[in-house]
Amino acid sequence: MHQRVRRSSNIFMLGLTGLTTVVGIAPLVWILFDVFVRGASAISIRFLTDTFKPTSLGGGGIWHALVGTGILMGLASLFSVPLGILTALYVARNPNTLLGLAVRFGTDVLSGLPSIVVGLFVYALVVSGHGYSALAGGVALAILMLPIIVRTTEEMLKLVPKSLREASLALGAPEWKTSLQVWLPAAMTGILTGLMLAVARVAGETSPLIFTALGSNVLSTALDKPIASLPLVLFKYAVDPSKVRNAQAWAIALIIVALVLLLNISARLIATWRSKMMY
Amino acid sequence: MALSQMPHRLNRVAASPLGRALQHGDILFKGAIALSSLSLFGLMIGVGMMLWLRSGPMRANAGLSFITATVWNPVDEQFGAAPFVIGTLTTSLLAMIIAFPLGLFIAIFLAELCPTGLRGIVGFMVELLAAIPSVVYGAWGIFVFIPSFVTPVGNALMDALGNPQRFPYLPIFQGPFFGASRLAAGLILAVMILPTIAAISRDVLLAVPRSQREAALALGSTQWETIWQVVLPYGLSGILGAVILGLGRALGETMAVTMVIGNVAQLSTSLLSPGYTMASVIANEWGESRTPLYGSALIEIGLLLFIMSLLLNIVARLLVWSVARRTPEQRA
Amino acid sequence: MAESAMAIPASLTLPSLANARTVVRTTTESGLAAKMRLDKVSVLYRNFVAVADVRLSFYANKITAIIGPSGCGKSTLLRALNRMNDLIPGARLEGRVLLDGEDIYAPNVDVVEVRRRVGMVFQRPNPFPKSIYDNVAYGPRLYGHMRRSDLDSIVEYSLRRAALWDEVKDKLRQSAMALSGGQQQRLCIARAIAVEPEVILMDEPCSALDPVATLKIEELMRQLAREYTIIIVTHNMQQAARVSDYAAFLMTDENCAGTLVEYGETRQIFTNPRDRRTEDYITGRFG
Repeated sequence: MHQRVRRSSNIFMLGLTGLTTVVGIAPLVWILFDVFVRGASAISIRFLTDTFKPTSLGGGGIWHALVGTGILMGLASLFSVPLGILTALYVARNPNTLLGLAVRFGTDVLSGLPSIVVGLFVYALVVSGHGYSALAGGVALAILMLPIIVRTTEEMLKLVPKSLREASLALGAPEWKTSLQVWLPAAMTGILTGLMLAVARVAGETSPLIFTALGSNVLSTALDKPIASLPLVLFKYAVDPSKVRNAQAWAIALIIVALVLLLNISARLIATWRSKMMY
Repeated sequence: MALSQMPHRLNRVAASPLGRALQHGDILFKGAIALSSLSLFGLMIGVGMMLWLRSGPMRANAGLSFITATVWNPVDEQFGAAPFVIGTLTTSLLAMIIAFPLGLFIAIFLAELCPTGLRGIVGFMVELLAAIPSVVYGAWGIFVFIPSFVTPVGNALMDALGNPQRFPYLPIFQGPFFGASRLAAGLILAVMILPTIAAISRDVLLAVPRSQREAALALGSTQWETIWQVVLPYGLSGILGAVILGLGRALGETMAVTMVIGNVAQLSTSLLSPGYTMASVIANEWGESRTPLYGSALIEIGLLLFIMSLLLNIVARLLVWSVARRTPEQRA
Repeated sequence: MAESAMAIPASLTLPSLANARTVVRTTTESGLAAKMRLDKVSVLYRNFVAVADVRLSFYANKITAIIGPSGCGKSTLLRALNRMNDLIPGARLEGRVLLDGEDIYAPNVDVVEVRRRVGMVFQRPNPFPKSIYDNVAYGPRLYGHMRRSDLDSIVEYSLRRAALWDEVKDKLRQSAMALSGGQQQRLCIARAIAVEPEVILMDEPCSALDPVATLKIEELMRQLAREYTIIIVTHNMQQAARVSDYAAFLMTDENCAGTLVEYGETRQIFTNPRDRRTEDYITGRFG
């Protein structure tokens, strides 16, 4: 009977969506499993604190890459956070102006750009004049972080009740003080989660760094020279024929994935905790 | 001294408008934030311009035929981008064919069926798929995915459908097959763009007004009929936007694809043969490009990527916004 | 408005529970058939009691109005009649809701079938963003009517019964969203009619419409009552007085639960209410 067909197809299709979700999440579980199992077996304190050594000498560690990644993240945050916050302030204050709409459009487009294109851009802008450098790498990563920071900051700013700003203005505080000392701080946890998500986004970026920071085998903190970075080393070691390098690649993958997961989960937890506090 | 004991003298307000504006520093503030907004917008334009300028030599050399020329031979200074454009399109299309139905069904599950407690966690896990860096996908692809999934699947397809005598009109599964292939790239890309399609489609479905669902249910529809015949059609343009955004992401993926596709610049009709994409060739051959023409050819490929992703992005955003604008009444 | 009835082809009988089993009809002293009956019905959202202990009968082919001040649970009560409250997590019902003597909340009941037999028109018109034709044909298609000729006659029949046919017969393929508010609401009524319900629930159907459209729909209600049982929720007392045969007055008690204060023929409720609270509400002392 037609009714029975309707009833059973209903159950069948609904079940199919549940099944698809399981299938969709399966690769995540699979990758995480592999990364953790294979990576854990190759990690050691020596690995984390030694710098590069050729495989004939045991393969060494990744200290130079850890330092390099830290410097690159720091530079990228330094470049993107002030610019991003100022831009978000403008958009939050003037959402319906031409420039506000243009910025929204611009962030959408920038966030969809392939990161390799961004790398090419920074190459043309910085490297062709001044050579490969950590600074160039920082700029490239900053461009990738910018859309996320602008978008989350803008949304967090919009969540702050208008009455708070009005209270400050009514006391005679100028606009800029209100924005910087009242509005921004009220949105600060949200802005920080945005920063965390942005850092998580660029922690594993490889292709833009190929054209900017280039990578290096030595420990360096110079900002105007090439610098090592975890994802670059991971790439090199993964495609290397040596088994020692391959195992090290898994260890690096573990570190990067752990960092990314930590940042994402913390950002999520903070967001949930904050929304609970609102009530 | 207490505030009330201070001499009563209001701050003198400056006479001229400029003076008033400068008095509290606000004009500097407003100028600064406007400037940073301009620079963000300018950044987008700057990227395009820079790519355009730097690809000048190659564009002067070959013009539009660059896109259709099929020979890529740097040694002889022959640069044809067709193998890469086709490679990018085939892998992205393959990824889309797999990821679209999966992503759509996952979005339906999350938006309509998942109990609200689980919704956050499951949605989060789907989004985590997008957080894993491309290079990690690539490493996993080389050491795990290709040997234990792609190779058996590819071999099975080749054995079943790839015999040139039995299926002369079906070249896409013909050998030889060595693991690293467009199939591998397409499959990994599918996993990587799945979260984009699922998350955005879920948001689109959640934005469909509750009254539409109630109308359908009140007429005696089953839940699936409501979803399939009312909710999905209502959100169709938004879902299309999600698909296009996913496509845009697939076009630009570099590391994971480079590590599993084989990096061979040849045209082929088989999914099982190695290939090359636009992003991969730029990443791989950048270090080797000695001559200015070589470099500019690679940059022109980058320009093509930029234009393609720009167009897709614009179309996608317009589609996603169109669903949000169509619902004037209260949402669920 | 001239009403032109359309003969429905015999092949169009829709399957229904009522045909398959013997029907038990409960009757009152006056001998009227109660199409639906509420037997000590309470609706709860988790622990909050929205509607408490209602005993009510809805007579076949009559219009019953549920009136009362806003927030007293009228809509909740109405939605209990076609199990739309099931959609709200944490909502549950105590007591029995009887359709032709059978409890629609019994464990093995097919909700989908209940909702076909008890149709609903909502406060704000909610046509699908499809063509006028496809809106009305949506329901019949679910039940397997795919032949063009069948659908054409069902669509025409439903639109005629909803007094909309003459206005839209030349533009059936146009989008339903292009119609005016009043037309959209009549389209929703046509859409509900197309699945051959027995009861039509109306949740403040005119509150989003202008006075002219409102009058049209009120006229339509009286015509529809000849074939269907109509139950309407309204906060507009004049409308209730104009349109309904029976009225049930609901009010919140001290626990904010909606309770039935008085029920009877509309004439009696509005001219000679038995309860003091009813009289206060009717005369506008609150509400």
